[in-house]
Amino acid sequence: MTVGTDVVGDLSGREYPYGFVTELETDIVPRGINEGVIRSISAKKDEPDWLLDWRLRAYRHWVTMEEPHWQNVVHGPIDYQDISYYAAPKKQVGSSSLDEVDPELRAMFDKLGISVSEQERLSGVAVDAVVDSVSVVTTFQAKLAEAGVVFCSFSEAVRTHPDLIRPYLGSVVPYRDNFFASLNSAVFTDGSFCYVPKGVRCPMELSTYFRINAAGTGQFERTLIVAEEGASVSYLEGCSAPMRDENQLHAAVVELVAMQEAQIKYSTVQNWYPGDAEGKGGIYNFVTKRGRCAGARAKISWTQVETGSAITWKYPSVVLQGDGSIGEFYSVALTANHQQADTGTKMIHIGADTHSTIVSKAISAGYGQNTYRGLVKVLRSAQGARNHTRCDSLLIGPDCGAHTFPYVEVKQPDAQVEHEATTSKVSEEQLFYCRQRGIPEEEATSMIVNGFCREVFKQLPMEFAVEAQRLLNVSLEGAVG
Amino acid sequence: MLQIEDLHARIGDTEILRGVSLAVEAGEVHAVMGPNGAGKSTLARVLAGADGYDVAGRVLFDGDDLLGRTPEDRASAGVFLAFQHPTEIPGVANLYFLRTALNSLRRHRGLDELGPQEFLALAEERMRLVEMDRSFMHRSVNEGFSGGEKKRNEILQMAILEPTLAILDETDSGLDIDALRVVAGGVNALRSPDRAMVVITHHQQLLDHIVPDRVHVMVDGRIVRSGGRELAAELEAHGYVGLDAVSDRQGAATVGVTP
Repeated sequence: MTVGTDVVGDLSGREYPYGFVTELETDIVPRGINEGVIRSISAKKDEPDWLLDWRLRAYRHWVTMEEPHWQNVVHGPIDYQDISYYAAPKKQVGSSSLDEVDPELRAMFDKLGISVSEQERLSGVAVDAVVDSVSVVTTFQAKLAEAGVVFCSFSEAVRTHPDLIRPYLGSVVPYRDNFFASLNSAVFTDGSFCYVPKGVRCPMELSTYFRINAAGTGQFERTLIVAEEGASVSYLEGCSAPMRDENQLHAAVVELVAMQEAQIKYSTVQNWYPGDAEGKGGIYNFVTKRGRCAGARAKISWTQVETGSAITWKYPSVVLQGDGSIGEFYSVALTANHQQADTGTKMIHIGADTHSTIVSKAISAGYGQNTYRGLVKVLRSAQGARNHTRCDSLLIGPDCGAHTFPYVEVKQPDAQVEHEATTSKVSEEQLFYCRQRGIPEEEATSMIVNGFCREVFKQLPMEFAVEAQRLLNVSLEGAVG
Repeated sequence: MLQIEDLHARIGDTEILRGVSLAVEAGEVHAVMGPNGAGKSTLARVLAGADGYDVAGRVLFDGDDLLGRTPEDRASAGVFLAFQHPTEIPGVANLYFLRTALNSLRRHRGLDELGPQEFLALAEERMRLVEMDRSFMHRSVNEGFSGGEKKRNEILQMAILEPTLAILDETDSGLDIDALRVVAGGVNALRSPDRAMVVITHHQQLLDHIVPDRVHVMVDGRIVRSGGRELAAELEAHGYVGLDAVSDRQGAATVGVTP
């Protein structure tokens, strides 16, 4: 099989429909990072001393660290003193009711297709909407509270539920974890907090929509989800940013804690601005996501569809501590134009009879470079541990690349670890076959690519699966022809 | 319906079709026979619009030029190729693939698209033709199909897409006798006064099941002999060997095998 040179993407026709800027009056701190900036962020959020201390410890640790360069991506130097670490729309912060939301902000979310109205289309989904550094609205809080579920912005949770935040903050991703996690710990602004009490099945899907709007800023959100014994919750996140020539940094931390027999399903559709056809601009998406199956038979499942960002660097992972706990990672990563991705997962088996499944689908088009990097680690204590990993790469055109770095460390002789990997191309023969049946070339390509991703898409909640397919099709526009 | 005039096709410096002329009328079934490497599959693929060939000559389909058009245009005009080696498309359900194909054709012809239920009813009816069960439709296109299943799937597609010209490229290859009977039964059921078929094979056996109106012998990129259905039996008895040598020396027009 040969790759068709006529399917080579110059992808310049690719559209990014969310690239607009909304004129919002914004409260923004001067660029640069130092203890003063951290104190001022903490003061703006009216935080307790223990949290400021934690931030400062993180910062003091961060200044001793070096930016990592082991990842398989290339970027120019990042000037951490040239980023503003806090930007907030001046009007209207932290409401729980639509009536209080600034009409400008509402218009922005309407344009993004995100419903911040409890009456509208996504009425089964509660939304926490984060713009730059702050949450502007969280819907359905009252309804969720009836079930005992806490769902609000992180900042609000620090004020209203410090007892729930304090024991878990940094318990899965310590502030010393890595360079970007440390930076986040020092300067994090908003994100979502979710707590599902014992035995409660969260009555609706929860979601957060992250929007970068202001220029010259980074977004450093932090999300924490705790599911108590027997609880379950499905959480979705989406995101977008304006088109700009500069690169903007997004360094988030997500921590999940699942107690005995709890289940957390975490789905991401990542559509940060990817840069233009020449690779100028775009978001650096350097994110640390990790879940801990703290109790027996807990289950954490990550599903991600990564189509945006100039560079994606993230490894949503699961620490399988409880006996019989389950970790899953389903990923689609698309790199087109000059996008780069180095993504995968870590499954750390500690408890006995822990199982993990990894399914990674990487699609490269144009000059995109796509790396799967994964670690399966089985400790001595994890008798009967099992892992199955499947990594498939699909290439569209001759100028892109796919790379796979699977690491396996097994200390328990009883463990079963399986790894399958394939690399294929959208072949001329497949395209000819579809076209011979009357299916136009662009539609045929998107059908083949969607088929390649099906195993992952079927893990997504319905609304998101449709969105993911649509995004993939938009991202591939102009990739053929 | 189909008029091929002095068709040449080459890949790089290798000329594969060296002046093929052939006329097929609606309602007719033509068999193209010949040894491996004679150019039979190339003829099929060139007619369907495959990339990678330098093509010269003229092909008219219902009076319109065919060669300048994209594969999807030709499909919309009613050309169907049953592939010798049907490709696999992982993750795309057969049902979805076929519905997309049919609706693309319908859209192109200004017809309303069929909804999932309507399409399923049509598909189930046509599946009986090739003795396929419903589970087939939910499997990925050709993925993990046996050789026989792939060929049956090609005939099913033909039954659903209802082309005016069907080109069957070695549809019998790799089939056992039962599968051959099923496939041939499907093809025969689709014979109609409005439809022409070109059946490519190098075994006479298929032609016991699908009885052609005309038989053409292709050797070294040319049609060296044409005749009625009895020509197939003759080839089975004598082989292509003599034809090969003669055609090179004397050209197609004067080739003769002793009856």
